Amino acid sequence: MKPAPFDYVAATEMGEALQALHEGGTEARVIAGGQSLVPMLNMRLARPATLVDITRIPELSRIEAKGDHVTIGAAVRQSTLERWPDLADRLPLVRAALPWVGHTQLRNRGTVCGSVAHADPSAELPLCLIALGGTVTMRRRRTTRSVAARDFFHGMMSTDLAPGEMIVSVSFPARKPGTGYAFREVARRHGDFAIVACAAIARSDGTATLSVGGVADMPRTLDLPADAQGLDERLNEFAWHLQARDDLHATARYRRDLVRQLGRATLKEALSCRD
Amino acid sequence: MPRLTQDDTHPVRFTLNGRPVSARVTPRTLLTDVLRHEIGATGTHVGCEHGVCGACTLQVDAEPARACLMLAHQAEGCDIRTVEGLAKENALTPLQEAFREHFALQCGFCTAGILMTLDALFSRQPDADEDAIREALSGHLCRCTGYAPIVQAALAARNRIKGGPIDA
Amino acid sequence: MKDTVIEPLVGRSVARVEDPALLSGRGRYIDDLPVAPGTLSLAFVRSPHGHADIRSVDTTESARAPGVVAVITGQDVAARSRSMTVGVKADVECWPMAVDRVRYVGEPVVMVVATDRYLAEDAADLVAVDYAPLDAVIDPVAALSDDAPVLHPSLGGNLINERRFRYGDPEAAFDAAPHRIGIDITYPRSACTPIETYGVIASYEPGEDAYDVAANFQGPFSIHAVVARSLNVPGNRLRLRTPPDSGGSFGIKQGVFPYMILAGIAARIAGAPVKWIEDRLEHLSASVSATNRQTRIEAAVKADGQITALDWDQIEDCGAHLRAPEPATLYRMHGNMTGAYDIPNMAIRNRVVLTNKTPTGLNRGFGGPQIYFALERLMDTIARHLGLDRLEVIRRNLIPAAAFPYRTASGALYDSGDYATALDRAVAEGGLADLYARRDKARAEGRHYGIGFACVVEPSVSNMGYITTVLTPEERAKAGPKNGAQATATIAIDPLGSVTVKVASVPQGQGHRTVLAQVVADRLGLPMAAVRVLADVDTMRDAWSIASGNYASRFAPAVAGATEIAATRLRDKLAKVAAVQLNIPPEDVSFAAGRIAAKGNSDNSLSFARTAAMAHWSPGTLPDGVDQTLRETVFWSPPELEAPTAEDGINSSLCHGFIFDFCGIEIDPETAEPKIDRYVTMHDCGRILHPAMVDGQVRGGFAQAVGAAFLEEYAYGTDGSFQSGTLADYLLPTVMEVPEPVILHHETPSPFTPLGAKGVGEGNCMSTPVCIANAVADALAPEGNAPDIVLPVTGAKLAPHIFGDEPGAKDPVPEMKAKATSGGRKLTGEGRTVVQASRTDVWQMLLDPATLDAIIPGSHGVQKVGETRFNADVTLGVGPVRGRYKADIELSDLDPPNAVTLSGRAVGALGTGGGHGRITLTDTDAGTEIAYCYEAEISGKVASVGGRLLDGAAKVVIGEFFRALARHCGGGASSGPFARLTGLFHRITKGGRS
Repeated sequence: MKPAPFDYVAATEMGEALQALHEGGTEARVIAGGQSLVPMLNMRLARPATLVDITRIPELSRIEAKGDHVTIGAAVRQSTLERWPDLADRLPLVRAALPWVGHTQLRNRGTVCGSVAHADPSAELPLCLIALGGTVTMRRRRTTRSVAARDFFHGMMSTDLAPGEMIVSVSFPARKPGTGYAFREVARRHGDFAIVACAAIARSDGTATLSVGGVADMPRTLDLPADAQGLDERLNEFAWHLQARDDLHATARYRRDLVRQLGRATLKEALSCRD
Repeated sequence: MPRLTQDDTHPVRFTLNGRPVSARVTPRTLLTDVLRHEIGATGTHVGCEHGVCGACTLQVDAEPARACLMLAHQAEGCDIRTVEGLAKENALTPLQEAFREHFALQCGFCTAGILMTLDALFSRQPDADEDAIREALSGHLCRCTGYAPIVQAALAARNRIKGGPIDA
Repeated sequence: MKDTVIEPLVGRSVARVEDPALLSGRGRYIDDLPVAPGTLSLAFVRSPHGHADIRSVDTTESARAPGVVAVITGQDVAARSRSMTVGVKADVECWPMAVDRVRYVGEPVVMVVATDRYLAEDAADLVAVDYAPLDAVIDPVAALSDDAPVLHPSLGGNLINERRFRYGDPEAAFDAAPHRIGIDITYPRSACTPIETYGVIASYEPGEDAYDVAANFQGPFSIHAVVARSLNVPGNRLRLRTPPDSGGSFGIKQGVFPYMILAGIAARIAGAPVKWIEDRLEHLSASVSATNRQTRIEAAVKADGQITALDWDQIEDCGAHLRAPEPATLYRMHGNMTGAYDIPNMAIRNRVVLTNKTPTGLNRGFGGPQIYFALERLMDTIARHLGLDRLEVIRRNLIPAAAFPYRTASGALYDSGDYATALDRAVAEGGLADLYARRDKARAEGRHYGIGFACVVEPSVSNMGYITTVLTPEERAKAGPKNGAQATATIAIDPLGSVTVKVASVPQGQGHRTVLAQVVADRLGLPMAAVRVLADVDTMRDAWSIASGNYASRFAPAVAGATEIAATRLRDKLAKVAAVQLNIPPEDVSFAAGRIAAKGNSDNSLSFARTAAMAHWSPGTLPDGVDQTLRETVFWSPPELEAPTAEDGINSSLCHGFIFDFCGIEIDPETAEPKIDRYVTMHDCGRILHPAMVDGQVRGGFAQAVGAAFLEEYAYGTDGSFQSGTLADYLLPTVMEVPEPVILHHETPSPFTPLGAKGVGEGNCMSTPVCIANAVADALAPEGNAPDIVLPVTGAKLAPHIFGDEPGAKDPVPEMKAKATSGGRKLTGEGRTVVQASRTDVWQMLLDPATLDAIIPGSHGVQKVGETRFNADVTLGVGPVRGRYKADIELSDLDPPNAVTLSGRAVGALGTGGGHGRITLTDTDAGTEIAYCYEAEISGKVASVGGRLLDGAAKVVIGEFFRALARHCGGGASSGPFARLTGLFHRITKGGRS
C-alpha cells in the first residue's frame, strides 16, 4: 500500500505552483494537507504524475475577515480556522461543523480549501459553504475567477476546477445579526463521514434554509419561506428528491428518515438561536 | 523551483526529537517509512496507511498528525516528535507512568500514537476535561483495552501534570 | 527472628514488566526486527473477483520492472509445495495461492519479490492476469442449493462436511414436551482486526533444504506441522520464530500461516531472505475472519420454562477454503451446546459449506458468539412465548451448584461454578432493579428502552482432540486418537542464581511475562525483579507442543499452571539442597525475600542465589537424589481432556468459566441509533491471578463485542465483491462508542488447573452481542414476538421500527438507484435526451468507432474488432481517482434504426466494471429522442475501498458517457436524471413546489 511514483514540487510562490500545474495538466494535483489525497495515493486510487505542494506559499495561509465575508486561503489548515479567535462570532455555522470534520489529528493537517476541492458529498465544509452561499476563488496561470459554491460543485468528487487550475481561497459570508445557525450530523461513529449532515440557517425575516450533505451527490439546499406551512411535508418531498442510495453504512430509507428527523431538529435549533 | 523527480532520491532534513536528521528518499516515500526504515525510529507504528487507526500519530510542529498521510518531503524543515522523544534518559513521563499504573495498554501497538496525541493535548490544554480527552482519543483505535483505562490514565496524567491530586 | 511475612504477588495488580519498553517506542514487533542485508520485499497481486477461472498470467512486463528479483505464480508455488492439510475427509485441495481459479476477493494470485516494497507494488501492477469470471455464491444457504455455483468442482458441491449428533433421547423429549419453541438466526461475519497486521520474514538454506521463518504467528503450533508438510520438509527443517512483541491478535494471527509458506517459497526462488508486512487492505480482504452461520434452534419446553431438549441445525460458512484448523469454529463449543443449562437431550446437525468469501480462522470467542447468539435469543423467545419472566426461565434451567463437576449432554466436563449465586449477586450488585426503574420511566415517557440478559459458559484450554469430532467414530478409530493439550514451561537458574522462565505462550499483549514472574517469584520466595520471562518461541530451541501458543484462553489455566508446576519442582529440589546445609528436614524449608530459611527461624538461612547456583559451581556437593537445579522443563496435559468417545461425547475444553450479563439500551427517538445505557458483566473465571489484567481482558472483549454488535461487518456483494476493505468501511469502535461496563467477579477455583485459574479473555465476545440483541428486542417489542435481530444493529436497521411506515413522495422521483441490498452492487439508471439529427444518422453514429471514441469518457482509442465488437483503452474516474482500463464493447440485439443493446466490460488496476444499456431511438418533432436504461456492476479494489462513493462515481462516469453521446449527436439539452435533478432543485430552492 505505497503510492505510485510522482514528481513533487514544493512551491514557495504562486507563480511556481501555477506553472507546475499548467505543465502537469490533467496529471497534476495540488497537495495541501493531503488528508484526503494521500490515502488515495497510498491505495493507488489516484496516480498523479506531479504533486504540487502549496502549503509553503505564504499568501495562501491567511484568514481575512473583510466586510461581510471571511476569506480563507488554500493553505489554511482546518485546526487553524478552528482556533481563529473570531470564528464563533463571524462563522458560527462553521464553528459548529468543524468538530465533525474527521478527527483533530486530521484537522491539524487538512485544509479548508482541500476539503472543498475534494468535494466529498458527505464532507462538512462543502456543506457549510453551500449553506452559507459562499464562493470559491480559483486561479490558473493567467486568470483568476470566483464562482458561487453551488456552481462549483458538480457532483461526487467533481467540481468546476479545470486542469491547471487551483483553489486559492474560499469565502464564507459572515454571521448576520438576527440569524440563527445550527449544524447536526449522524455518522456511524464519531468522526466518520456523515450519513446525513444538516446545516440550517434561520433569518430574522422568518425565512430559513436547510442544507443537507451525505445524501445526494453534493450538498443540496431547501429554501423555506417565512410562512412555511407543512414543514414535515416539505422535508419529506426534499428527502425523496435527494435520491438517497443504499450503501454499506445506511439504507436510502434511513437517509430519508434522517433528513426528515434531523432536518426538522436542526431547523428548530437554528430558529431558537437567532440573536 | 525545486522539482523532485519521481525516480530519484532527494535529501530531506527535519528535526526528530530535537536532533537534526536527514535521509535521501524518492518523492513518494511516506514519512512512516523514512522514520522506521531509513532512520530506524521504529517506535511509530503503522496500522492502516489510510489515516484511520491513528497508530502512526506523531507531532509535527507540536501538533499531532498522521505520519502515514505525510510524504517524507512534506516534513522538510519541520520539528517532528515521536514516542522515542517523550522520556528523558529512560525516566518515564507522568503520562507514560499513568499509562503503566492504569494498565492503559496491552499489546502497545496503538500506544505510541495515543501518547503523542495526549502529550500535545496537555501541552496546549493543561486542564483538558474528560470530554476533550475523549474527543482527542477518538482519532485512535485500540483493540485491546476497551479504552476506559486509557481515559483513566489520561485524567490521572493531567492531574499530575497540573500538580493536582494523582487520581482522577 | 520470625519468618518474613510477604504478601504473595499472585492476586495483586502489579505493574507490567512489558510496559516501560512499550511506552517508550522500544517494542520489538515483527517490522522492527533487524533483517539480513539484502533482504527483499514481497508484494502480492490479488484477485479482484469473488470467483473466476485464471485463463492466463503474464508476468513478462512485471519481471522487467526496476528492482524486481522474482515474479512467482500459483503454478510456481504448487511446483514447490503440497496442498495444505484439510481437516475433514474431502476431495479438495487448499493452496496458499490461487493456482487455476480464484475463489474470493483478495486471494493471492502472484507474488512479486523486489528490492523494496514500493518497487514490488509497482511491478505487481504490471502483472496481467486474464480472468474468466464465474458466478459467485455468498450466502451459505444458497451455496447448498443444487444450482449454486460450485467453488471446488472436485467436491461436487459446496457442502464439505455434514455430521449429525444425538445425545440422550431428543425425539422422546420433544414428543413429551408441551411446547416446541424455535428461532432462526443469521450470524454475520466480523473479525477482531488487530492494529498490527501480519508480518513474515523468511529465508531458505538450500544446502539443508531448510526454511527459517519469523512471523507474528500466535499458535496453535499444530499449524507448524501444516506448514512443514506443505513446504514438503520434515518439521526440523522449518524453524519458526516469533517476535518478542506482537500488536494484538485475538486469534487472527493464526491465519498468517499460508503466508509463511508463500514467503518461504519466495525466499527459495529469489535466493535471498524475503520480508512481507501485510497492509491494511490485504488484511481486511484476505486475512481471516470469524465464520458467519445460519442456525435453526428449537427447544422442547415444559410449561414452567424448563428445557428438556435442544435441536440444533447449523450451517457454517468457512469461506473459500477449509483452512486449518477449520471447521474448528463449529466444533470448539461442541461440548457446550447446552450452555449454562442442565439440558439432558440434544440433537445436532452440522453442515460446513464453502462460499466465495475469505477463509475463516481463529477469532476471539471462536465459535462462542455464534452459539450463544442462537441459544440466548432462544431463551428470550421462550420467555416471550410462555409469557414468563426472562430471568426466571434462565434460573429454572441453570446447572445447580451441587452438580459440579457436571457432564453436559454432549460430553463436556464443567469443572466448577455456582451459576445461581453468581447471577443473584450480579442482579443485586449490578443494580438490575434500578435498571428496571429506568426502563419503566423511559417507557412511560414514550421512549424505546430495553433490557437484555445473557448467560454464557466460557470454555478455555481447548482439547486438541475436539476437532476430530468432525470425523465419524469410524474415521477417528482409523486415524488414531487425538486428545490433550500439552502446556510447557522451563525455569532455568544462571550461575549468579537468577531465574529465567521460558514458555511458548506467544503473548500478543496479555502481559504473560508479568504474570509468570509473579507466579515464579511467589513460589521461589523472590522479588519479581529476580525473575525474567521470555514468552516468544523458537521451534528449534524451545520446548513446545502442538498445543503451544496463545489461543483458547489457555494462558492462566494451562501455561501459568505448568509454570507453577515447574517452579514447585525446582523449589522442592532446592529445599533438599538447602535442608542439608540448614540441617533441617526439607519440609521445614521456607522460601521468602530471596532467602531459603528454616521455617520459624529465619536466622538459619541461605541466600537463594548461592544455593540455586550451586549446581553450576559445585555440582558434586548436591545431595543424593538431586540431579541438578539448573533447569526444569515441565510438560503438562490435563487428564480430563480425553479423545471423543464412540458416542461422539467430547470434553472440548478443560475449564468452563461463567458469565452473566445484563444491559439497558435506549434507542434514540430522533436518529434510531441504539445506545448502551448500562452494562453489567459478572464473571467467574476461577482464581484471579492479576485482577487488573483480568478486567483488562473483560473490557477488551467487551469492546470488540460492542463493535460486532453495532458496527462491524464483513460485507460482500452477491457477485462476491468485498465491500468493507478499509477501516473507514469496516468500523472498529472508538472511545466514543465503548461505554465502561460494570465488572463483577465471583470466584470458584477450577479443581482441574494447578492454580485454580480459568481462561477469561473471550467471554464477552460470546455474551455481549446477544445481550445487546436481547435488549434491542425488548426495546422494540416489550411483549409478544420480537422482530428478527441481525447484527450489527444499526440506526438504519432500527429506523423502520422506530419511525414506522415511511411517507411517500408526492412527486414521482427520478429513477436512478443503486441496489446494494443483500449485498448486490448493481447500479441502474435511465434517461432520455433529444438530439437534432435523424434517427438513421444517430444509428450510423452508434455503429461507428469514431463515435465511440468520441463519447467514451477518457478514451485513448477505439478499435473495431468485429462487426459489432470494439476494444477501447480508456481512463475512467472521478476527481483524483482515475485508472486506465481495457474495455470490450459489444453491440447486440440490433434493431436498426430503432434500438440496440450496448454491453461493456472494463478491466483495470482499480477493478472491473461491467454493464449493459438498451438504447432506443424515436422520432420526435425536434429530431430524435435517445432513451437509455442501463445496469452496471463494479468489483475489485475500487469496490472494496471506495464503496461509499462508488455509486455516485459510477453515476458520474455513466452520465458523462450519455451526455457525450447526446452532444456528439448534435444534442440539445439532456433530460437525464442530472438535468431533471437540476431542474427539480431549481424549483425546490426557489421556494418549494407549492
